[in-house]
Amino acid sequence: MKRAEFRFEIVEDLASADFIFDAYGRTLEDLFKACATACFTAITEIERVEPSKEYNLMVDGEDQNELLYNYIAELIYLKDTEKSFFSYFEIHIAEDKKSLTSIVKGEPISYDKHVIKTDVKAVTHHRLNITERDGEFVTRMVLDL
Amino acid sequence: MQKKRISEYIWEIPPDQKPGMKVPARIVASEKLMAGMDEGVYNQVTNVACLPGIRQYAWCMPDGHWGYGFPIGGVAAFDMDEGIISPGGIGFDINCGVRLIRTSLTEDEVRPKLKELVDTLFRNIPAGVGKSGSVSLSRRDFTNVITQGAAWCQKNGYAWEEDLNRIEQRGQIPGADPSAVSDKAVNRGIDQIGTLGSGNHYLEVQAVRFDQGCDAEISRLLGVEAPGQVTIMIHCGSRGFGHQIGTDYLQSFGSAMKRYGITTNDRELACAPISSTEGRQYFGAMACAANAAFANRQVITHHVRQSFETVFDKPADRLGMNLVYDVAHNIAKIETYEIEGRPTKLLIHRKGATRAYGPGNPALSGIFHQTGQPVLVGGSMQTGSYLMVGTCMAEQLTFGSTCHGAGRVMSRAAAKKRVRGSDLLNQMERDGIIVRTASFSGLAEEAGFAYKNVSDVVEAVHNLGISRKVARLIPMANIKG
Repeated sequence: MKRAEFRFEIVEDLASADFIFDAYGRTLEDLFKACATACFTAITEIERVEPSKEYNLMVDGEDQNELLYNYIAELIYLKDTEKSFFSYFEIHIAEDKKSLTSIVKGEPISYDKHVIKTDVKAVTHHRLNITERDGEFVTRMVLDL
Repeated sequence: MQKKRISEYIWEIPPDQKPGMKVPARIVASEKLMAGMDEGVYNQVTNVACLPGIRQYAWCMPDGHWGYGFPIGGVAAFDMDEGIISPGGIGFDINCGVRLIRTSLTEDEVRPKLKELVDTLFRNIPAGVGKSGSVSLSRRDFTNVITQGAAWCQKNGYAWEEDLNRIEQRGQIPGADPSAVSDKAVNRGIDQIGTLGSGNHYLEVQAVRFDQGCDAEISRLLGVEAPGQVTIMIHCGSRGFGHQIGTDYLQSFGSAMKRYGITTNDRELACAPISSTEGRQYFGAMACAANAAFANRQVITHHVRQSFETVFDKPADRLGMNLVYDVAHNIAKIETYEIEGRPTKLLIHRKGATRAYGPGNPALSGIFHQTGQPVLVGGSMQTGSYLMVGTCMAEQLTFGSTCHGAGRVMSRAAAKKRVRGSDLLNQMERDGIIVRTASFSGLAEEAGFAYKNVSDVVEAVHNLGISRKVARLIPMANIKG
């Protein structure tokens, strides 16, 4: 069976106040996309978020782990300042894995249209460590709610 | 990991249990709470015991559970010269805390108007993701908010004069440095003053009970006088402003640690020497966030008073809506304790823990000098909360610290699987608790069964003597973000 380009699995067995998931991607870009999708899945029913408004992001980081941390932090910042949810993430990571550009699409938060689950306060470094396993890029991620 | 029982309510993990431990780790818990304690607590509290400049013990309170870096419930004291400051020891939601407002109303008077009251509160106090507050601030105004905290609210008509006497450190942490705060943090927080947020944050209308062991006399002195009296509890923090400061500094402390040659067992324990440029900057930014949180709870209080005025058609002062107290649950503060017989200035980190000064503490004024500092313990929205007071024993034993809430025992994902938000809302209504929520699934995550029994937690700190039980506050209505 062909595996999806990206996916994530929620970790339920830790008695914590956080949102914990394992993310998988065929490429590093797909892994980042999995984490971004998981982040907004924690907040809302992402299928209902129309990609009607576009944002261009540039993010740096000392290495690929930092880059992922900074990317998710940037999306959380954008959510709060634009008061919007996002559902489309196009990501291009530089060869040295120290910077990326991303096109992010979404729409303003609507309590009539969107299903609100919770808010994500911050991304954490806990267990954030990108590795390659069985031809996939993998990491765990903990979001503080 | 070996846990030695020191006394009925203290358990110790000796330093030989993990390489690098500088002091023993100690957990406050009854046997029952210890049996159910999250294993992550032991790992995390012993990691804290490894941090540079830690003094005496790394503590975890009985409501402890896994956090990132420090456990929730973590308390640690660091030497001002040799010690560190760590954002992971404070939490992303800087000065997440609780305040309690009294009223002269009784349960019987409020019950017939409860639905109208809850709807009014829900309308007037923005809750949930993406909501703006009613206070429109310029960047200069916001700088005043984050440096002055509750005092700004008083100058701008959001606080009664006496309110400031009833807030930890008068709602203004000294040392706030706006230049240490990023533009991003300001952009995230500038329109959020007066908003509740989401997650476990709430506003609750409560009724007073005096269970066995409660000190009704102290309660009376604090303005919580009779069973059935109605109180309001507000639980929230510094919102996106504090979250962004946490995010910014966790990132920059990673490289600072390399410069200072500090290593930790967990990346989330990223830290910097207190006296370093980075350490001082984070303290200055943290103080800004703490002040923003005090202001946030104060503006919400203003809206609570207005809502009661509308529903009960009387001015808030005639409804007796005085502040009982406001405490921080996530903060680092410079305090003095005796170390090896000498009074020593220390940086106390409290992450999901409450300051608990006892009677006679020079930092307390007015009636608190006699009663001890009020401690507000927020339980789950189904089970109720407690008003306690601090003790001299806490100052001697736990760096003037005690528990802060019930403490989770179940992940949010697991709680949601067990109950639907709409079913829980109906169940709570049948139990006489009216709920208004911005998120049904968020409500399910906060179900009572996802938490430890708050009474067990309170009994543990009461019996150990690090705080005293004063009154129980049972929920009548709850607004959740």
